[in-house]
Amino acid sequence: MRLGYVLRRFIFLIFVMWTAATVLFTIPRLSRVNPIRERFAALARSTGYAPKDLENIIASYELKFGLDKPLPQQYADYMGSVLRGDLGVSLMSYPKPVAELIGEALPWTIGLLLVTISLTFLIGTAIGALAGWPRSPRWVKGTVTPLMVLAAIPAYTLGLLLVYLLGFRLKLLPMGGAYSPGMVKALTMPFALDVVKHAILPALSLILAYVGFYALGMRGMGVTVQGEDYVNFAEHKGLRQGRIFYWYYVRNAILPQVTSLALALGGIVSAGILVEGLYGFPGIGSTLSAAITANDYFVIYGVGFITIFAVGISMMAVDLLYPLLDPRIRYDRK
Amino acid sequence: MNRNGSSPAPVPASAPAPALQVTDLQVTYYTDSGRVKAVDGVNLTLYSGERLGLVGESGCGKSTMALALMRMIKPPGRIEAGSAIVGGPGGMDLLKLNEEQILNARLSTVSYIPQGAMNSLNPVLRVGAQMLDAMRAHLPKATKEELNERVEHALESVELQRNVFRMYPHELSGGMKQRVCIAIGILLSPKVIIADEPTSALDVVVQRQVMETICRVQEKIGAAVILIGHDMGLMAQITNRVAVMYAGKLVELSTVREMFTDPLHPYAQALISSLPNLENKGVFQSIPGLAPSLLRLPSGCVFHPRCQHAMDLCKTVVPRQSTTPSGRFVYCHLYDEHGNKVKQPETSTKAQVQQKVPVTGR
Repeated sequence: MRLGYVLRRFIFLIFVMWTAATVLFTIPRLSRVNPIRERFAALARSTGYAPKDLENIIASYELKFGLDKPLPQQYADYMGSVLRGDLGVSLMSYPKPVAELIGEALPWTIGLLLVTISLTFLIGTAIGALAGWPRSPRWVKGTVTPLMVLAAIPAYTLGLLLVYLLGFRLKLLPMGGAYSPGMVKALTMPFALDVVKHAILPALSLILAYVGFYALGMRGMGVTVQGEDYVNFAEHKGLRQGRIFYWYYVRNAILPQVTSLALALGGIVSAGILVEGLYGFPGIGSTLSAAITANDYFVIYGVGFITIFAVGISMMAVDLLYPLLDPRIRYDRK
Repeated sequence: MNRNGSSPAPVPASAPAPALQVTDLQVTYYTDSGRVKAVDGVNLTLYSGERLGLVGESGCGKSTMALALMRMIKPPGRIEAGSAIVGGPGGMDLLKLNEEQILNARLSTVSYIPQGAMNSLNPVLRVGAQMLDAMRAHLPKATKEELNERVEHALESVELQRNVFRMYPHELSGGMKQRVCIAIGILLSPKVIIADEPTSALDVVVQRQVMETICRVQEKIGAAVILIGHDMGLMAQITNRVAVMYAGKLVELSTVREMFTDPLHPYAQALISSLPNLENKGVFQSIPGLAPSLLRLPSGCVFHPRCQHAMDLCKTVVPRQSTTPSGRFVYCHLYDEHGNKVKQPETSTKAQVQQKVPVTGR
């Protein structure tokens, strides 16, 4: 009945996405700012060009985008087109479709966040496990304290600090962007290295901000597990430390870590969006912040949609991973 | 009441071979509030095939002694002195082994059957995996077939079915889990098995089955068993000899029959008279006072503040070991070095023992 569980979980995910999409749809519309009028105002400010029949132009654009219709009608139209797989076109980069905008930005974000989240989880869990293990040297146990301090600082603040120290002062790493200007975008070694170099700072600010969270959680669980009877009995059996450490200690202590991974996914993604903006990283976060500034409704919707979908799917994946880690959990019984 | 020398020999007459000889074992915990002597100068000899019961109230050092023999005392605890020689004179001293040697000795020479069987198995590993890893740690060269065969054999000998091998601990009942622990304990046919209250979490019916299992497999592999517990009824049924501990010290060691019919040490006497029997169903005597804090032990004999027979001598002088001709030990000033009762000035001391007894002696 594993399939039944997955199906139930999937229906739930769709429901969550629909609710989120509705909220997403409403919020930008609460503002009285008209994105098209703003766009022309900006154009007028920068070029001095002000068309005479501005109101007519705005009206014709609104007609084109369907913004002249009553809001419930627009909601129904938008939901309908989303169901057909059409995310609409960008108001600002017209006639570029939203899907194309996202498609350009998404690989950057996925690359950055996938690496960041897995590194954060692995490093944090490893440090926490070592810090909770009674036989670890004292300095290993002490590493948790500075990590706790880092965990209290938001990722974007850490990011600013890192840019200042490593980018501006020491000039070790580039201060922004995803690759050096003038680089040819191709799958070559120099380009790959350049990308990695640019990704270090954004990744580092996220890792430093979240690694303490996992280390602390793992240490807490580890301290409990190392006192359990089965760890003691493993020692009575004459097992080597390595075997006890991994199979008796880490394997049991890691279970709540996986839950907190699922819970933290949403948080890391939104922190990632802020950090991307900070570094001018051409990912989905930068796309979103540009869209929010310009009130580019359809891009905001699109990015929000994709993000919620990704987080929902990942949480579901973590959920399905659980029975593999803990034999006591089965989804076939209700 | 013939107290002197006419009791039966404590050990089966067939030339007993010592399986484990513990001499002057001392374990101290260095706590913030001071040094705690959890085990203080325990001597005992365990013979092959024998079952020795170790009784005493909570905190008297029974489990600490077991942990010391497994070399599982962790800081702030320390084994201060003593030796524990396995396999007769010239055998290996458990307390002198280095880290690597003690890892090898655990399970293969001395094994431990834990108290909390409910939590003693790793919930995320199959039972078979937990038995195999124990074997692999000791027999790195054995083939998979050999190991599997021994594991299945061990499961069979504790009356578990083969399919338990593929099950997870949460799929087993409490009694089955305890049997798995026993099966692990006997995997490598150790010389000494220490069972630390192996049945305390089980109901009486299962308790009996589990104890019978322990006895049967022990007889099969010819190991000696130290059975730690509070349950005097169980001790009477199962063990050959009983050792009584009080406040970290061994106070008496006798055969089970002698212990129940004719205990020598006043503490052992009080312990036995607190048990119900068929003639005396109504009133049980309790032992006045409380067990002393191990941080502030009474001077002299540690039991003297609660002892009905305490003399002035008991307050100052630690009693030495008296050994009766039949091999019983007792640590008490009431007896001379051969375990004969000493004539004592009865009147001078009896009056001083009050109902409300101070816990500390200093």
